[in-house]
Amino acid sequence: MERLKSYAFVLPILLLAAIGPSVFEMFGLVQISNFATMALAVLGLAFVWGFLGVLSLGHAAFFGLGAYAYAITVINLNESSFAVMAAIAVPALFSVVLGYFLFFGRVSDVYLGVITLCVTLVLYNFTSATADPSYHIGAAPLGGFNGITAVPQLNWPGDAEQFLEVETTFRICLIVLALVYAALVALRRSSVGRIMVAVRESELRSELLGYDVRLYKMLGFSVSAAVAGLAGALFTAVNGYVGPSAFDLNQASQFLLWVIAGGLGGLAGPVIASFVFQYVSTYLGTSGVNTDLVFGAIIMLFVLLKVRERVPALWGRVLQFRRPARRVQAFTPSARAVESGE
Amino acid sequence: MDQTIVLLIAIANNIALLTLISLGLAIIFGMMRVINFAHGEFIMLGGYATVLSANHGINLWIAMLVVAPLTVGLIGFVVERLIIRPLYGQIITTMLATWGLSIFLIGAVTTIFGNTVLGVSAPLGNITIGVYSVSIYQLVLIAITAALVGACLFVLNRTRWGLIARGTVQNPTMASAIGIDPTRVYAMTFMAGAALSGLAGGLLAPLSGVIPQMGAAYIARAFVTVISGGSAMVIGTLSAAGILGPTVAILSYAATPVIGEAALLLLAIGLLRVLPRGISGLWQGGR
Repeated sequence: MERLKSYAFVLPILLLAAIGPSVFEMFGLVQISNFATMALAVLGLAFVWGFLGVLSLGHAAFFGLGAYAYAITVINLNESSFAVMAAIAVPALFSVVLGYFLFFGRVSDVYLGVITLCVTLVLYNFTSATADPSYHIGAAPLGGFNGITAVPQLNWPGDAEQFLEVETTFRICLIVLALVYAALVALRRSSVGRIMVAVRESELRSELLGYDVRLYKMLGFSVSAAVAGLAGALFTAVNGYVGPSAFDLNQASQFLLWVIAGGLGGLAGPVIASFVFQYVSTYLGTSGVNTDLVFGAIIMLFVLLKVRERVPALWGRVLQFRRPARRVQAFTPSARAVESGE
Repeated sequence: MDQTIVLLIAIANNIALLTLISLGLAIIFGMMRVINFAHGEFIMLGGYATVLSANHGINLWIAMLVVAPLTVGLIGFVVERLIIRPLYGQIITTMLATWGLSIFLIGAVTTIFGNTVLGVSAPLGNITIGVYSVSIYQLVLIAITAALVGACLFVLNRTRWGLIARGTVQNPTMASAIGIDPTRVYAMTFMAGAALSGLAGGLLAPLSGVIPQMGAAYIARAFVTVISGGSAMVIGTLSAAGILGPTVAILSYAATPVIGEAALLLLAIGLLRVLPRGISGLWQGGR
């Protein structure tokens, strides 16, 4: 029962996937598909930051890499299944290389955040500077600031001519969101996940117990990159477009905002926060208020009032969510060591 | 021969630029262990202060050298009170709060001044070296940066104020026991760092013009320089700029500026793999 409860958030997502097409117009479906892909991306950050304590400010880098990998592969191969795989593999490999330098170099948390952010900014500048037609990979021009346009949508696996309808794409986005959510919950409940939480609680203790902290951090980092890459692929497939804005500071700060607002240490909270804030963002965009101004102020407020401790607790009471991180502590090696040893 | 001189000037220029955009960040980070994510926006505000006051008839040099640092220094004073002080000692939380501040400032400036490029023309004209033409203003920029570094070193190492500041950084408890208020020292330090960032923005404004998002163009380079430099604020930043600057200059010259920037980042990541505490880790023990 306890175990089933932690997967309960899957149900509302699947319900939305089931009834969505009969409730919303075409425009709404595309918009919610968009929201879902972003929610998927934020799951990766919520995982690596909330469970492992690794604050990657460059989550947008992996999202963007996945988006570009999908666009380039699908244009060259005309088959979206391979493209989605490439979009998972490219950011994951990139994160392993980057993670090797960061985690095995044992740079501090602060430096990790700064470097991942700088990687994102450099990717942004690089993709923005590829306007010249000589920058192309196979048949796909990188397009500079305008990005890659007219990217093919998802098609039925094996049949490149048969594109999926908007309703099916909508359902796929939500089902993938639900599946990844469940997979991350399962990962956290596994022994590997418990060690990850232990690493977050105390790196030193976990290390003294014989776990290679660097390896677990790199693993979690790559998982988050793979999730972000998958989200990037779906985002590009839904929009038919990818540009340097996938890497920009706005994108990076949105992910942060959603995790802070949704509650660090949970997965459902950030997903809900992402839907809420994206809706607010679209609303503000049409009303002419500057979104940077509003969201910047919200981030500062959340951080300053330390609402990140309060909001999830409040939501927990309203929506009957539990904050898993607190409970899991009792099962982590570090906590057990304290109980028996002291 | 002429080409060598021009390349040397480009290298010196790159070192000066990296130092100039990093100095304010380095002082705030080195003294307070605060990563100021709004650093790029402080530069941007300095640029706006310069351009707006110059366009309202104030002498350009006064606008760059006086108005910009004063304005941003005052903004820094307010920011320190409202955002930095309540979170002091929590590095990650401060980082997130200044991130929010950065976005907020971009939004605020966009709302007030619009999303357009404002500019002033660079003063002083050009000189020619053989067939090449070099802007005199860039040479002045190198000189000003050198003077700034000298001034920072002098203030930190040779004045009473610098002694108090360094003492507070090393041991705040002891400093307060002998009657120094660490909070005031931190506030002054943050203001000084903000003023330096504003000055950098003011000096860069004639070169690039100002837009609300211009901070993003500088922060990657500034952060990379500061973390490669490590905890020795001025000397660390200078030596990091001395290593990274020529690399960027040569690669930008041989390939494109974007390749230069990517190489800057790769070099810094490689450097941190070897020296996790930055270049100053070479001559400083643990801290």
